Amino acid sequence: MKKLANLGFARHLIVGLAMAVGLVAGVQANEGGVAWDKAPNKTNDLAALQNGAKIFVNYCLNCHSAAFMRFNRLKDIGLTEQQIKDNLLFTTEKVGDTMKAAIDPKQAKEWFGANPPDLTVIARSRAGHGGTGADYLYTYMRTFYRDETKATGWNNLVFPSVGMPHVLWELQGARRPVYEETEEHGHKVEVFKGWEQLTPGTMTPLQYDQAVGDLVAYLQWMGEPAQNTRVRVGVGVLIFLAFFTLIAWRLNAAYWKDVK
Amino acid sequence: MAEYKEISPNASAGEKLLNWVDNRFPASKLYKEHLSEYYAPKNFNFWYFFGSLAMLVLVIQIVTGIFLVMHYKPDATLAFASVEYIMRDVPWGWLVRYMHSTGASAFFIVVYLHMFRGLLYGSYRKPRELVWIFGCAIFLCLMAEAFMGYLLPWGQMSYWGAQVIVNLFSAIPFVGPDLALLIRGDYVVSDATLNRFFSFHVIAVPLVLLGLVAAHIIALHEVGSNNPDGVEIKGPKAPRDANGHPLDGIPFHPYYTVHDILGVSVFLMVFTAVIFFAPEAGGYFLEYNNFIPADPFKTPNHIAPVWYFTPFYSMLRAITGEMMYALIACVAAGAFFGAVKSKLPGFLKAGVVGAAVVVIALMLSIDAKFWGVVVMGGAVVILFFLPWLDQSPVKSIRYRPSWHKYLYAVFVVVFVVLAYLGVQPPSPIGERVSQVGTLFYFGFFLLMPWWSQIGETKPVPDRVTFAAH
Repeated sequence: MKKLANLGFARHLIVGLAMAVGLVAGVQANEGGVAWDKAPNKTNDLAALQNGAKIFVNYCLNCHSAAFMRFNRLKDIGLTEQQIKDNLLFTTEKVGDTMKAAIDPKQAKEWFGANPPDLTVIARSRAGHGGTGADYLYTYMRTFYRDETKATGWNNLVFPSVGMPHVLWELQGARRPVYEETEEHGHKVEVFKGWEQLTPGTMTPLQYDQAVGDLVAYLQWMGEPAQNTRVRVGVGVLIFLAFFTLIAWRLNAAYWKDVK
Repeated sequence: MAEYKEISPNASAGEKLLNWVDNRFPASKLYKEHLSEYYAPKNFNFWYFFGSLAMLVLVIQIVTGIFLVMHYKPDATLAFASVEYIMRDVPWGWLVRYMHSTGASAFFIVVYLHMFRGLLYGSYRKPRELVWIFGCAIFLCLMAEAFMGYLLPWGQMSYWGAQVIVNLFSAIPFVGPDLALLIRGDYVVSDATLNRFFSFHVIAVPLVLLGLVAAHIIALHEVGSNNPDGVEIKGPKAPRDANGHPLDGIPFHPYYTVHDILGVSVFLMVFTAVIFFAPEAGGYFLEYNNFIPADPFKTPNHIAPVWYFTPFYSMLRAITGEMMYALIACVAAGAFFGAVKSKLPGFLKAGVVGAAVVVIALMLSIDAKFWGVVVMGGAVVILFFLPWLDQSPVKSIRYRPSWHKYLYAVFVVVFVVLAYLGVQPPSPIGERVSQVGTLFYFGFFLLMPWWSQIGETKPVPDRVTFAAH
């Protein structure tokens, strides 16, 4: 009988531990609403980065700044100084300037309720349990929907009650999320099923996803322009250290063979 | 004054120069005492790499720190931007910054392993108490250094982490609020705080740290290194060769210098792999939230210190009103054993009971938050007393009763679990687990004078165990 009782305790313990782990994991999974989609990895794709930079300057830079990013750094993604001057700068700006929003911050605060955040390192700051910062941004830019109850007329699945309107709506068109009611643990929950296109955009959904992928790749690259150099240098350093370790190992053995 | 040495006129220019210096400064003497004729036990194992690695990381932090200060601006309006300036516009600035940020975490990894080595082999036991105490003081300095350095990037986590920790001081009765004000230099963390933390981080604490490191090494070389067997190689009974050098010892240079170079190269592979391929280390070395500039009006949902503080942070969070009753019960039990079971003289027994009554009265009257701070501080301070808490007849875990190994394993697991819980948002289950963990942590140390004497030790050999390579 005693043995059985012990077993019972062990079972309780295991079940308890499993529940503890489950609870902690569950709380984490619920953070941030919908699951984030995986952003395509294009930080080495110069064409995508250049396209992303173009979208960024044309659409984002009106309200957001990238105050730590200089225009001439775009040379790293294959643009020439002349191309930057001709296509991406306002007439008054110099290529060595940092990227400043066109909008006056005071007005922005009045219009959107908050100052649009600086985007220089946005891709680094938005990482979390749901994925990388790029995953978040990729999901965020693709889950805007029409919501007439909001002042801007727009809402977002990963950022409910977002202050920003859907800036790329002309490209994507207006959409509405479709929910399905299901029963879970005895109470009804609305589960996101998919999208209903209300008005068409100038791009097909596939083209739009690609454009957003390019934009996010650019944001990711802008968060740390040295990232590709970093990995390249790192490979060299590790190869050197591997040789160095080999020499250190043999040197050590040569000295220690005398120690008895 | 040492005797003035003449040198033969036929000696080489190098020898003449060295002789000239040696007559004025003990260059050769220091070199011999600390390197070429410092005899260290020949049976050092894996655990003995971390002392020299800690030294390496200290040098990395100082050198990279010097270059960072050239470009960093200790000003609340400029600090965040100046870090991004370093990351983008300063040539190789990103590398210097990542070396420094990764170095901070590497320092703690290396130091935790170094301390655990001391725990395993009883390196703090007589006559090495001061080596251990200087080491604990270094650990305290390191925590201060890391805490204040973390404010400097002026991100959200920097700001709110500092806010939370400095607010802890205000829980101290009577002087708390004024003390917190003194630390911040303002009513909230602000530009004044940033400036004083910068000053402490770049000059005050490093100066103390360097002095302590020197004391740590001088004390170590005075008493000689311990080893995995806990056998004294320079003791009166230890075997010596014809020149009087210990048979179980070898000169630090060249044997341990080449040995440590091997350790350094392996360490650098791991260190640089993090720097070049994962400098954020999944948000543990550089927290994601810290890429958002500090905003005094926007509190983040979840404020967690960097991973190396989280075991202690967990213990702080574990001290709730409920937990106070458990602690009071522990104090009462301690007083009971002191008064009834011990062989203390009568007046001391009365003293024990009196002290316990006063402590319990204070525990009931002062807020649990204060006791949380006491527990967090106590978790570090208790390490200083380790040389006198450990009453085992042998030094090394190798010759202790086998169950000691399991106990140390549980201690490590508890420490890691506390660290994990400190990163997580608070939860009812996590709270319970961290409370049990806190009691275990303190029980491990406070009951050590008793449990370390229980069980049968194994015979300690006369000489170190060593198999030639």
